[in-house]
Parts: sequence; C-alpha cells; structure tokens
Amino acid sequence: MDLKELMAKAHETGDYSELIATIPYAVTLGVECERFGDEVLFKLPRKKSNIGNPILPAIHGGVIGGFMEISAALHLMMFQDTPKLPKIVDISLDYLRAGLDRDTYVECQLTRQGSRVANVIVTAWQKSRSEPIALARAHFLFS
Amino acid sequence: MKNDPVLFGRVSRFVGSLAQCGELGIKPVLAVPNELILELPYSNAIVGNPDSGVIHGGAITTLMDTTSGSVVICGLPEFELCPTLDLRVDYMHAAKPGASVFAKATCYKITKNIIFTRCLAYQESDEEPVAQCVATFMRIGAEATPLEFRKMIVGNDEEHV
Repeated sequence: MDLKELMAKAHETGDYSELIATIPYAVTLGVECERFGDEVLFKLPRKKSNIGNPILPAIHGGVIGGFMEISAALHLMMFQDTPKLPKIVDISLDYLRAGLDRDTYVECQLTRQGSRVANVIVTAWQKSRSEPIALARAHFLFS
Repeated sequence: MKNDPVLFGRVSRFVGSLAQCGELGIKPVLAVPNELILELPYSNAIVGNPDSGVIHGGAITTLMDTTSGSVVICGLPEFELCPTLDLRVDYMHAAKPGASVFAKATCYKITKNIIFTRCLAYQESDEEPVAQCVATFMRIGAEATPLEFRKMIVGNDEEHV
C-alpha cells in the first residue's frame, strides 16, 4: 500500500498504527496516535530505551524533540488532500519541565499553511495539559 | 587532534549512561577542552523516510542535544548536570543514507547561570553541514548534581583535575 492508501484506510478505520509503522524511527520511539474528529492526540508510552538522565530518571530531551517533530509531520499529513511526507526545515524547542519516566502526550496546532511552507506549534505534556513539559515551533517544506 | 583522556573518559561514561544513546548507538569520537565530536551510526531504526532511507530529523535532534549537553563537560572545570533550556535546530539538507552523522559542539559562552552552545552535524566534511543547532543550558551547580551521578561520571580521574 502506498502512503495515500494507508492514510485513506487509517482515516476510515480510525486506526493509525499501520501508517505509523511505516516510519521506522516512530516505531523505535513507540509513537501512537488517536483522532477525535478534527482533534489529534499523539502518545508516547513510557519506554526504558527512551530514557536519558538515569538518575531522575527522565526521557532524553532529543526523544521529546523527535516525538514532537514526528507528531507535527504526521499531523500535517493527516489533513492534506494528497498526503506526502513533509521535510523539516527547522524546529525550536523549549524545555519547561523534566519529562519523567511516564506516558507523554502531544498536540499540534497548524498556525499557517502556505503553498510550500507550514508553521506548526507543538505542545507536549504528561500530568496535565496545563503543565506542558515542552513547547516547540517548527517549519515544514512541501516539495 | 588528539583526545584528552580525562575528558574523553567522562564524556564516554556520561553518554554511556543515557539509554536512548545506547539504543541509537551514539558514541564519542573526540573530546578536547571545549570541543566534542559524537557519532550517530546509520541504522534502519532511525529512518524517517522508508522510500529514500533518509534518517529522521528527530534522531539528529537527539544527536545534537546529546553533543551540546555533553560538551558542557569539556567546557566546565567540574562536572555539573546541566538541564537543557532550549534548542533550535536548522536542517540544511537530508543526511546521506548508509553513512554516519557526526556532531561537533562547543560552548561559546559560559556564565554563572547559563551555558550557550553551538553544534554542527555533518557527514563527510563540516563545511557541508546537515544541520546546525544552538542551545542553552541551565547551570544548577556541581553541588546540586547528585553525588552518585557525579562519581559515576568523574570515575577515578579526580586527581588529574
């Protein structure tokens, strides 16, 4: 199945796991996704190999960044007529709290979709949406 | 350039303690005062585009976050745990599939509270970077760093300092 068919099937069944399974890095991290109408929630279940700081223990900052980047790219693809893997141009990450060894959630907001570039704001949290562990802004290119 | 054995040992123990770095195979190549190079080997586990085999930007973010966070060991007189405040990554072009990505970082300013770092990711030559990253880290001080962790990183090289 190509990306378009996979996406169509995922939209129909509401199960995005087959689509995510085509991206090896997303599988390495363990990214999951659930859609509620026009809202999409991404989940990164706790996983030993995602840990950075062993003392706290806390999720590696790069893993949080990678999870946010994958979520933003998937979010963009899910709302495209012809889904295509966007290219990341830049990402700016603010780490607000330590990401503890527990499930992490991500929500994306498409701020601006131009003809070639999209701007996405990404929020990551664990305990409560009102206490984000990280915020990100990213630009993606469609070409 | 020749490795500084004390710094290389500390960085190796630090990077070795990070589970995600073990998962991705990130390892130190060169550690000298205020400069550090880490290597991310190519593997299928970090591929972002299955059609082209190009690795995902997130793996490069992890490489650069680790390199920027660890160069602090090469820039400070004593080991301190420094949490990341922020990180900005620019992706200049896709990394060539099948080859390692290297990241070279330096602390360009160290203040009482904050450390500012710069990092370049490249493959064949650092004149053709794959990505660039600037980051800031918070200094919590050597005394606030858990003793157990400090001992693990510093190891037996304390007398060299």
